[in-house]
Amino acid sequence: MSLKRIWVMFKARNYEFFRDKAAFGWNFLFPFLIIAGFAIIFGGRDFSGFKVGVFPSTTKQIDFTSTNLPEKFITTTHLEFIGFPDQATGLKKLKHHQIDFLIRIDTPTPLYWQLDSSPKGYLVERLFQSAFVPENNPYGTKEIVEGREIRYLDWLFPGILGMNMMFSALWGVGYVVVRYRKNGVLKRLKATPLTAFEYMTAQALSRFFLQIFTLIVVWIGADLLFSIHVEGSLVALSVVFALGGLSLTSVGLLLAARGTSEEFTSGALNFIAWPMMFLSEVWFSLEGAPQWVKGFAEVLPLTHLLRAARHIMNDGATLAQVSGDCLALIITTLICLVLGATLFSWND
Amino acid sequence: MPPILEVKNLIKTFKTVTAVNGISFTIPPGICFGLLGPNGAGKTTALEVIEGITSPSGGEILFNGAPQTEAFREEVGIQFQHTTLLDFLTVRNTLETFRALYRDPESMEHLVETCNLAEILDHMNNKISGGQSQRLMLALALLNKPRLIFLDEPSTGLDPQARRNLWEIVRAIKEDGKTIILTTHSMDEAEYLCDEIAIMDHGTIIAQGSPPELIRRYCRGGIISLPRANITIPLSQLPLPYKEVNGRVEMTTETIDQGLKILMSKGFDLSDISVHSPDLEDVFLNLTGRKLRE
Repeated sequence: MSLKRIWVMFKARNYEFFRDKAAFGWNFLFPFLIIAGFAIIFGGRDFSGFKVGVFPSTTKQIDFTSTNLPEKFITTTHLEFIGFPDQATGLKKLKHHQIDFLIRIDTPTPLYWQLDSSPKGYLVERLFQSAFVPENNPYGTKEIVEGREIRYLDWLFPGILGMNMMFSALWGVGYVVVRYRKNGVLKRLKATPLTAFEYMTAQALSRFFLQIFTLIVVWIGADLLFSIHVEGSLVALSVVFALGGLSLTSVGLLLAARGTSEEFTSGALNFIAWPMMFLSEVWFSLEGAPQWVKGFAEVLPLTHLLRAARHIMNDGATLAQVSGDCLALIITTLICLVLGATLFSWND
Repeated sequence: MPPILEVKNLIKTFKTVTAVNGISFTIPPGICFGLLGPNGAGKTTALEVIEGITSPSGGEILFNGAPQTEAFREEVGIQFQHTTLLDFLTVRNTLETFRALYRDPESMEHLVETCNLAEILDHMNNKISGGQSQRLMLALALLNKPRLIFLDEPSTGLDPQARRNLWEIVRAIKEDGKTIILTTHSMDEAEYLCDEIAIMDHGTIIAQGSPPELIRRYCRGGIISLPRANITIPLSQLPLPYKEVNGRVEMTTETIDQGLKILMSKGFDLSDISVHSPDLEDVFLNLTGRKLRE
């Protein structure tokens, strides 16, 4: 093995990344756009969980002073009331799921409509009904959740970083190497003393370096814009992201081991990336999902990366507390590297 | 001098297709050896097996009298027919990268001068012309100071000027004492560059020798062509075998000199005469009934 040969191939790949302005820009812009988008959607003051249509009303803003709706219902937070002139207009909006609930307010007893298929409508109905129950019969005692509140953004941020690393690893290694095999770059390299192991190692190290570089830039930018909070140790978090990066890169290398069809590789990459994105809790928690789905998610390296990163960032966990996830990432890396190196072909 | 390369009964099959079917040849050091044949004859496949890019299905390849070892890559230079380079690297980056892959690389100055790369050193690989790209590929084949160089159709797709320029570079490399194996379906290229030629068709070698030897062995005489209007006697009285082609009469002769003497003795008007000596195209045509470029 020649470290010099690994170094020059590492440098060559990095040149490509930094000089491809379009891909370079997108690698940084993509996570920012997603984070900014969610910050706007979930950070805005006007956000309402449920939309309640009310008629008859001549204006969008409703005058509740002359209605018989209970005060408790009108003042419930996360309910947005929208006025309609008549029943037909309101029902049309309800049928198209543009509102969740519809109430007629000019009758002695309020009449309401709700779609049985709408979970939101069902919840508003329960809120509406409970508003008529006297308050002097509490069903429980409210306790305050102590400690710093975790914003959705704080929960989402590691997911976006992990997803960006995943796409970078799968497409930046898997797709690129297959393209090089197809257009003869690998054949040209095979004609030199460079070995497959040296080439694969250089690709993996280069992608790993670029992932960490991208992560640092995105992190600094996101922190300036949204004040990202880390409850635990930054060193522990760095170790987790490093292990995650290596693990995802090794999956990319395994995909790159064979094949000359960019179309097939693109399909295979999507086949792996999409389940990983949805089942590894990038966007939402799998709490409540069927057991087999949760079991399958445990096979995916992104699941372990995100669980460990969130545990450290949101809960202040130590490396020891996330050692199980770290071990899973190391095992994935080793399996994929050994398989990738065994299966690798320069030609086809 | 012992041969630098010996190929013995080389076979390469792909599933049901036999691309190379038992070819054998020996190459002494310092010559340019040409594998000539039409598209699909098996030239590139044979070359890639000899280069070690693909494995043979049968036969033996000896480099310097011994089977190839890991060191083979350090001692040969290869220019492929179809290959690309990393898009976002400059020519300079590319040369530096590939030089670093070898133990004892050629100096940058020598490579740049030999292959006329000075003007494009800072250009991106994907921004250079076809001729410049072929010169860069040739430089990559030379950067480990190879004793044996493989050139697979090096001038395909080049304009006449770039082609001639490349030929001059290849000639200079040969004069430097390197051994060259070249595939081509261009008889001009083969005649200009090669000392010895093996003509391939359907995966086998159908003839081998120096270009003059092959022409002597497989083609005799030449063709003298005159405008039909120059001939005032009935064609049936012509002193040489003939055929009419596009308003001209083509006469076949044992030797051009003898044919001209006959025509002059009969008092033919020789203005607008055209004389065609046999070439490798004719050799191939005589051997296979097909043209090289078919």
